[in-house]
Amino acid sequence: MTDLQGLDISQQLILLLAALVLFTSFAMLAQSRLINLVRVFAWQGVLLAATTALVAHVSGYSHLYISALLTFGLKALLIPWVLHRLVLRLGMEREVESEGNRTLVQLGGASLVIFSYYVALPVVRLSTLLTRNTIAVSLAVVLLGMLLMIARKEAVTQVVGFMSIENGLFFAAVVSTYGMPMVVELGIAFDVLVAAILFGVVFLQIRASIDTLDVDRLNRLSESEP
Amino acid sequence: MSALYLTLLLPLAGAVLLGLMGYRSVAGWVNVAVCAATFAASLVTALEVLRVGPLLSPGRMFYIDAFNVYLVVLTALVGFTTAIFSRPYMAHEVHRGRVNARRMRLYHSMYQGFLFTMLLALSTNNLGILWVAMEGATLATVLLVSLYRTPESVEAAWKYFILCGVGLAQALFGTVLLYFAGSRVIHNRDDALLWTVLHQAAPSLEPAVVGLAFVFLLVGYGTKVGLVPLHSWLPEAHSEGPTPMSAILSGLLLNVALYAVVRMKMLVDPALGTALAGHLMMGFGMLSFLVAAFSLHRQRDIKRMYSYSSIEHMGLMTFGFGVGGPLATFGALLHMTVHSLTKSAIFVTVGHAAHVAGTQRIEQIRGLLRTQPAVGWGLLLGTAAIAGFPPFGVFTSEFLLLSATMKSWPWLTLPLLLGLGVAFAGLFRHLHPMVYGDRPAGQDPVPANMLPVALQLGLVLWLGLAIPGLLAHWFDQATRLIAGSSLLG
Repeated sequence: MTDLQGLDISQQLILLLAALVLFTSFAMLAQSRLINLVRVFAWQGVLLAATTALVAHVSGYSHLYISALLTFGLKALLIPWVLHRLVLRLGMEREVESEGNRTLVQLGGASLVIFSYYVALPVVRLSTLLTRNTIAVSLAVVLLGMLLMIARKEAVTQVVGFMSIENGLFFAAVVSTYGMPMVVELGIAFDVLVAAILFGVVFLQIRASIDTLDVDRLNRLSESEP
Repeated sequence: MSALYLTLLLPLAGAVLLGLMGYRSVAGWVNVAVCAATFAASLVTALEVLRVGPLLSPGRMFYIDAFNVYLVVLTALVGFTTAIFSRPYMAHEVHRGRVNARRMRLYHSMYQGFLFTMLLALSTNNLGILWVAMEGATLATVLLVSLYRTPESVEAAWKYFILCGVGLAQALFGTVLLYFAGSRVIHNRDDALLWTVLHQAAPSLEPAVVGLAFVFLLVGYGTKVGLVPLHSWLPEAHSEGPTPMSAILSGLLLNVALYAVVRMKMLVDPALGTALAGHLMMGFGMLSFLVAAFSLHRQRDIKRMYSYSSIEHMGLMTFGFGVGGPLATFGALLHMTVHSLTKSAIFVTVGHAAHVAGTQRIEQIRGLLRTQPAVGWGLLLGTAAIAGFPPFGVFTSEFLLLSATMKSWPWLTLPLLLGLGVAFAGLFRHLHPMVYGDRPAGQDPVPANMLPVALQLGLVLWLGLAIPGLLAHWFDQATRLIAGSSLLG
């Protein structure tokens, strides 16, 4: 098992950052105001960029510095900024989402974390170094992102959930394998950017067609038509 | 190799060109021309592979073997014929006022962009790029699904975006796990995502990690294949988007996603040494097949109905690849070809039928054989083909799949036959009133080019009567790559 004393300072830092990333996921589940949700999401991006930079420093793979910069630019600045502006522009800054039992959702999130540790067991058995905990943490971030999308009905929240899934995946790639090859990372970053733009466009379309961003009201298509 | 680069560059350049030039009446022709050139380039690539065997590009970025080259040709062919259909069809939509010039520019540009991402997904050697291209294909089509900007189409686009995005995220996690497994045994880390390198190293990959990775990859790419229970985006995206999109979504995109799953299975099987991957695919495939066959009966929208038929057939193929062995693999490969030719032809006729009737509701489409016989016959023959009537090619491939199942899993032939029967009944009970009967008032012929339909159904008929030696040899090589042994020997 992990011998914490045996880890050097940078590895301990990575573990700390992993814990913080997981914490931001829970914080997102707890937020009811859209504007705060976007802020927490931006912080997750910052943490992710910091982790990437730290891993770049530890591993000596200099291309990771580029990924760190990309992550910071995209996930900590650009996308949160776009979402922030959208929320303001659509006049939703004061909106509070009313949905089911928040405590239950949090409990569900906690169970997902345990489940992730269970799923990651085969990986943990092989791991050298840090991988053991971090792959479980990143899977948990992915699953918590999905939970956020399922539990909420506001389109903006679903996008934040979606992007936070991407964060979890990126975290997995950075920490467990020291990043994917550069060309793949650039491709993924490009996809994320395009997805963010598309989200903005589809938002406006939804807004224009049903006059709200509550996707629960998107219910015209169903299996059993009249 | 240069022909392959051309196959990729042409649609990319086409996307930029059509985006820049905007919508004019020639844009439709430009679209057709670019697709024709792409198809020609893909044929040259195929001939090259046939002559010298698998090709690996100098930087090892692209890899083409018998398995993916036939899908490249198929993709380019259906892209080409659908472009021919799309020109008058979309012109009619502009005429009806459902789309404006700005959206037509988007449509043409994304049509090419979509073809590019699919060809890239098929030909890349890098599993990471494969993922990027699959996600790119989703992104390219989101705005096309909502092209008409009706509340329904916006809803369909949103669901498509969210469900496929989340699904593909699972696939990316699987890819990361594969990379993790690969980088433990492969020295140069940049190589650890290359298919050719991973395939060689497959027996020494860590089974536990690879098995976990496959589950994520199957769920992820399976979402795009339209496997139940992750299929709900498919009928909606098909029914609300423009019809040429439905034709290439059903005819091509689903194939490309299935291709990704099969590629992963080829890696996972030697690593695991068990039939886990095959069994998972059989389970998901059978479930999708049966659920879709029964769902066909309840549909009231013609495009929704045929999209359920797509789910049914993708399920059957997934099942076939899962069964494994040369016979089932050969059958599944053949089924991929005939299904995509038939289904895209059907969507073309469905598009015309909907224009004739002015609606997509099945109960209001009546007497097509009297109103516009070409469209009526196209729908009738296409549906007969897809339902598995001899002598069409679908019958041949379904027969092969059934006999393979009979050999290795005899008791599973029963649900297969049941599903085929149920699907057959579902299709024909809706089809019969649509093509026969009297011509209702107010339904007039529309400008239609039935040439692509005739061509594709002709090909399917030909494949049913006699598979040309060249093609059989080609499928056989692909079978050897996937199943490890060949059928024809």
